[in-house]
Amino acid sequence: MPKDGSVVRLDGQGKPLWLVLELTYRCPLKCPWCSNPVDYARDGEAELSTAEWKRVMREGRELGALQLGFTGGEPLLRDDLEELVADASALGYYTNLITSGVGLTENRLRALKAAGLNQIQLSLQSSDRELTDTLVGARAFDLKLKVAHQIKAQGFPMVLNVPVFRQNIGQVADILALAEDIGVDYLEFANIQYYNWAMVNRDELLPTREQIDAAEREVRAARERLGERMTIYFVIPDYYEGRPKACMNGWGSIHLTIAPDGAAMPCQEARIIQGLEFPSVRDKSLAWLWNESPTFEKFRGDAWMSPTCRSCDEKEKDFGGCRCQAFLMTGDAANTDPACSRSPHHHLIGEAIARAHAPGRKVQPLVMRNDGNSRRLAQGGHGGKGGSGGGTGCGSGNARVEVDHV
Amino acid sequence: MTDITAPSPPAAGERYVLNPMYLFRWEPTQDAHVLLYPEGIVKLNQTAGDIIARCDGRRTVADLVGELQQRYPGDDERVAEGVYKFLEVFRAKGWIRRQA
Ligand code: SF4
Ligand code: SF4
Repeated sequence: MPKDGSVVRLDGQGKPLWLVLELTYRCPLKCPWCSNPVDYARDGEAELSTAEWKRVMREGRELGALQLGFTGGEPLLRDDLEELVADASALGYYTNLITSGVGLTENRLRALKAAGLNQIQLSLQSSDRELTDTLVGARAFDLKLKVAHQIKAQGFPMVLNVPVFRQNIGQVADILALAEDIGVDYLEFANIQYYNWAMVNRDELLPTREQIDAAEREVRAARERLGERMTIYFVIPDYYEGRPKACMNGWGSIHLTIAPDGAAMPCQEARIIQGLEFPSVRDKSLAWLWNESPTFEKFRGDAWMSPTCRSCDEKEKDFGGCRCQAFLMTGDAANTDPACSRSPHHHLIGEAIARAHAPGRKVQPLVMRNDGNSRRLAQGGHGGKGGSGGGTGCGSGNARVEVDHV
Repeated sequence: MTDITAPSPPAAGERYVLNPMYLFRWEPTQDAHVLLYPEGIVKLNQTAGDIIARCDGRRTVADLVGELQQRYPGDDERVAEGVYKFLEVFRAKGWIRRQA
């Protein structure tokens, strides 16, 4: 299996191999690292209808998409989910459901199985009931465990996705034991990425280098102990890497995300970037959006790159990193991702780390993702900026992608 | 049952089966067989596809070699070697499992 969060690249031959549908921004939970837009509660366009989603899926297949992710918000809040899954299976997609587990009953699991759902990715935040419930702002721990066992009982392959931050990074060993007990097939520890709600709460969430090292040691030991029984991924935070992640395998390379209102995006975060237009599937065909939209064209290839990246021998490896992170931290999406030690803005990362761990720093309450906070932040109260999308909300977003060939 | 113990090279009498986590099928848009699994895609070349298609838990490795030799006539020894090598790699990647 590929290494930690590694990306094996297959040229998508210009095809959007990965189609992600954010069915809704609605969610019963209030995770303060949520990847949804900080201003998700503003009045916007209505969610796509069943028929509109079906059209998107059909056009996606025509463009060569193979993987389909149903995410949100909480996709189970759409009562047409089963119908959409059935349609997707018939079209020949490998279907992934990315869920918090809230709303997943035995009956719905059976219906999803019958509809041909291929796998379920369930998020879990902690091995501790109280901490979980505090972090997600609802009594969810017992429910998540119950759902996890039911998913296995129904015979679904299962990914347990654990977003990692300061509050839970010490629990890696306990979470591993829990996952083993459930019989999880893939366990993914994904250090969260700092956009949207996570950016708002960065000072409270960012772990230390030492904490990450300790967690990684636990993971390595578990890999040895468990062998092939469970595949464990540990997605390292780019803040501590010195190199950026190969974000989305490159902008507009293999990923296509559709927001609840139909906006087409190269990744779930992309709406963060101001000055870019995100036309909707309501107005344009998927083929136009993928092949011709100026937004998708914008950061393809290397002509857009800063001299730092364009002249760099690693540009084929990471494509200059994440456009959204470059925009969020430097104000220009075409800059080198500041996570890269070669970026002239790399000091911003060091400063963020120092600020989060400054001795005597006053601990702030976490800003929970909810409608009230969203409206307040939409009015421009915070560094999270009004924007969209997400890397590591309940799903892993762009944290891990494997495309391999033999 | 499938083995989870230390890997050993494939043997003639063994049978292999696709890891149930993986979906194996022909994909017209890639003009190739693909393996699909949570968050992953593997595009297989023709030989790899031929081999995985036959990892059905019924055929033995020896059967598999025989069929591939028929399909690719010429150098039987090279084909046999290739099959063994592919099986070992696929197993190490977790795509197929040895049937006990
Ligand atoms: S991270 Fe996921 S579960 Fe948590 S609030 Fe956001 S969408 Fe809901
Ligand atoms: S300079 Fe640019 S291309 Fe080179 S390693 Fe850094 S981000 Fe990647």
